[in-house]
Amino acid sequence: MATDQLEQFTDSLGRHEATWTGVSADDLPSALDAVVEPPAVGVELPYGTVSLSDHGVELNPTPTELEAAATGVTPVEAGIAQYGSLVLDSGTAAEPVSLFADRHVAVLDATDVVPDVAAALETLGPAFREAAESAVVATGPSATADMGGLVYGAHGPKAVHVLVVTDT
Amino acid sequence: MSGNRARKAARIRHLMETEGDAIAENTRGFNQGRYDAVAELEDSESLRTEARAIKEDAIERLPELLDRLTAAVEDNGGHVYVAEDAADANRYVRRVCDDTGAETVVKSKSMTSEELDVNEALGPDGVDVVETDLGEWVLQLADESPSHLVGPAIHRSRESIAELFEAVFDPEDPPETAEELTMFARERLGERYREADVGMTGANFVTADSGTIALVTSEGNARKCLATTDTQIAVAGVEKVIPTVEDLAPFVDLIGKSGTGQDITAYLSLLTPPLDAPVVDFDVPDRPLDDADREFHLVLVDNGRRAMREDDQLRETLYCIRCGACSNVCANFQSVGGHAFGGETYTGGIATGWEAGVEGLDAAAEFNDLCTGCSRCVDACPVNIDIPWINTVVRDRINRGADADSFDHLVEGLTPDAEPTGMDLGKRLFGNFETLGRLGSATAPISNWIADSTPARVALERVAGVDGRRDLPRFARQSLTAWFRDRGGPAVSADSARREVVLYPDVYTNYVQVERGKAAVRALEALDVRVRVPDAPGSGRAPLSQGMIGTAERKATAAYDALGPHLAAGRDVVVVEPSDLAMFEREYERLLPADAHAALSESTYEVMEYVYGLLENGADGTALQSATESDSPDVAYHSHCQQRTLDLEPYTVAVLEELGYDVVTSETECCGMAGSFGYKAEYYELSLDVGDRLREQFESEPDRAVLASGTSCLEQLDALLERPNRHPIELVAPPERV
Repeated sequence: MATDQLEQFTDSLGRHEATWTGVSADDLPSALDAVVEPPAVGVELPYGTVSLSDHGVELNPTPTELEAAATGVTPVEAGIAQYGSLVLDSGTAAEPVSLFADRHVAVLDATDVVPDVAAALETLGPAFREAAESAVVATGPSATADMGGLVYGAHGPKAVHVLVVTDT
Repeated sequence: MSGNRARKAARIRHLMETEGDAIAENTRGFNQGRYDAVAELEDSESLRTEARAIKEDAIERLPELLDRLTAAVEDNGGHVYVAEDAADANRYVRRVCDDTGAETVVKSKSMTSEELDVNEALGPDGVDVVETDLGEWVLQLADESPSHLVGPAIHRSRESIAELFEAVFDPEDPPETAEELTMFARERLGERYREADVGMTGANFVTADSGTIALVTSEGNARKCLATTDTQIAVAGVEKVIPTVEDLAPFVDLIGKSGTGQDITAYLSLLTPPLDAPVVDFDVPDRPLDDADREFHLVLVDNGRRAMREDDQLRETLYCIRCGACSNVCANFQSVGGHAFGGETYTGGIATGWEAGVEGLDAAAEFNDLCTGCSRCVDACPVNIDIPWINTVVRDRINRGADADSFDHLVEGLTPDAEPTGMDLGKRLFGNFETLGRLGSATAPISNWIADSTPARVALERVAGVDGRRDLPRFARQSLTAWFRDRGGPAVSADSARREVVLYPDVYTNYVQVERGKAAVRALEALDVRVRVPDAPGSGRAPLSQGMIGTAERKATAAYDALGPHLAAGRDVVVVEPSDLAMFEREYERLLPADAHAALSESTYEVMEYVYGLLENGADGTALQSATESDSPDVAYHSHCQQRTLDLEPYTVAVLEELGYDVVTSETECCGMAGSFGYKAEYYELSLDVGDRLREQFESEPDRAVLASGTSCLEQLDALLERPNRHPIELVAPPERV
């Protein structure tokens, strides 16, 4: 994947009020410790080297734990460079985990960044048609301007941090 | 003023006073956001074309797509119900709620559910429907209706929301800032999610290939409605179906940018139900989330849409993606909002099409006149809907008192001379401005004295609704065509001419603003152009703006008959009045045979555009009056709405700057006069309110000479400012030789 596309992705994250850290797979555990504020809930990441439960993340949360969570950690299916969007699998617990916690910590493999929405839909289309999958394309924190000014954290997370894993 | 007009004026005045400031701030913010966001886009035109093509195709193939969609949803274990009308849809929703024993429904924002009045339908069953979109929740608390398609509560200021919360909840520590208000609402609604039994959403798009529902949201409330309930009901108009998942791409790129100027909204939920995600069930708050057993119902609502699909004029409405861009860009909407500029459910320019199709002509008639046909929404619409045309068609049907159910009426209505006898007298008067101009000019100045006399003005206001506070156009004693004939016709010989043109004598230039016509002749002749000013009838703009399509078509044919021979002889057509130019370029596509429209629009130029072209092609600009020779080297220029839609403003600015003038341009979408609109008694105050922004800007530039291209803009500027004004061509034309 082209470096400039990754750069476009991270620039876009900033434009949409999300923060990010670039990290190697080996350094992922320490990166998680730095950004996971307890209490935390999460969905296991697809990296053999990391187990979220080692970082104080509850992987089988109750509704009460979900609502009380300061941090929700999920894997990301794809990133969209044009907008800094995260494609999440909303057919799993990633949906509530990325929604209820105050801060969503998203872990994205840099090789999963695609240029635009059209490219993301080319992958999602077959998955929706053939396996009835669902997804959320999330860009920045939840937001509203209905109360007389722009506010983050309307119903969903107030902040989004992306860990971009760069060397897998 | 007649009772009806006075009531309408009072209602508009009240809304401008109570909601106008908040509406103006929000819509103008959205509108500027759209300009900025679309400017960032590499190829917005091709995206719009692509989006339009997908919608055209989808509506064309609607029956087949609905079948495919139904099969896809049912294959996945969901249920599909196609409801004939609102009552039918509500019956189904009530049954689902009854079957699940629902007491609380959490609902995300959906205009289609507003159309159904589903909350009211469920109430008597003891089902409490909670609006979770913060704007909709505010309206539910206040018992108000949405004032905007996307921002339902934009008519409310932060202060008024704070007062509402205090009145309803009497909190110990009343929230005040936007942040506090949002967190207060989030907490209150959080409690409602815990009780929720059914989640109800709308759908921005539904893909036929996979049965996927696409929801475009920012707050996350739609996601929470689904996360906390095991029964989902999605309510969508049948027009929301598109063929494939991949077809979503251009809409995702366009909808946020067009609507509120957001690059992309925070969430695009792509749900292929029933969902597999675990349900966050607060009935068992301490049990870990478990695999879900979810139920899904898709309610596809017809409610007049399939009849709209059969209607050649209203069909375009079904392409609407409800982004609200047409409201935000609309000068009238910016002043009054959707509580005046809207019907039973829908708001803004496109609402005329929706209300006419869904509710009937009476609902559309309530607000249809607020569309002045300025056309600023045409460039704003992400699917290129000709919204002014839909408004014109519906106005024509209202004039005729057409039965709301008979959609073939327009075609019959195209018969020339078929204006109905019962139509509004004011509309008739303005629609026949050409006759008025001819008679007024022939009898000037007596016609002007009579028109200025008190009894005449009283009669005009009482009978035709022409506001007594407006100065009427002053008819010139000698028309432009008579002047041109008297002076001996063309002054530049055919041999020495750089180009040959006909200067089209639009009714305003011919009878009222004659000086700008003479100036156009002088300027063109100074650039070695052989100019003719033929006798030619009006373009039909005046009748068209009153919804008199039959009359307009007859005028268009006659105008083409007069100009056609000149086109055949290779002459260009130069037009001074932008609204007539826009007729030739845009509306004639619908009023004339295709080849006639193509021939005319290809050879037609706005006068300053033509001067620009001449200068670019080597004509000697020193023949024109430069800034150093002028007593007004600094100017404030207000282009014309239709001129701007045709992207013609830059030519005037370029010519002025080329000649050394220092130019400031207006920042408003429309001056507020909009042809006859500002003369009408019920809209006079609104017209001045719209113009107020232009007044403020130009008053802050007191040393600049005021220029405007349109006749009605010049009339409005006369009313708004102390300074005189003129058309740009009068500034740059060489002085008249005495």
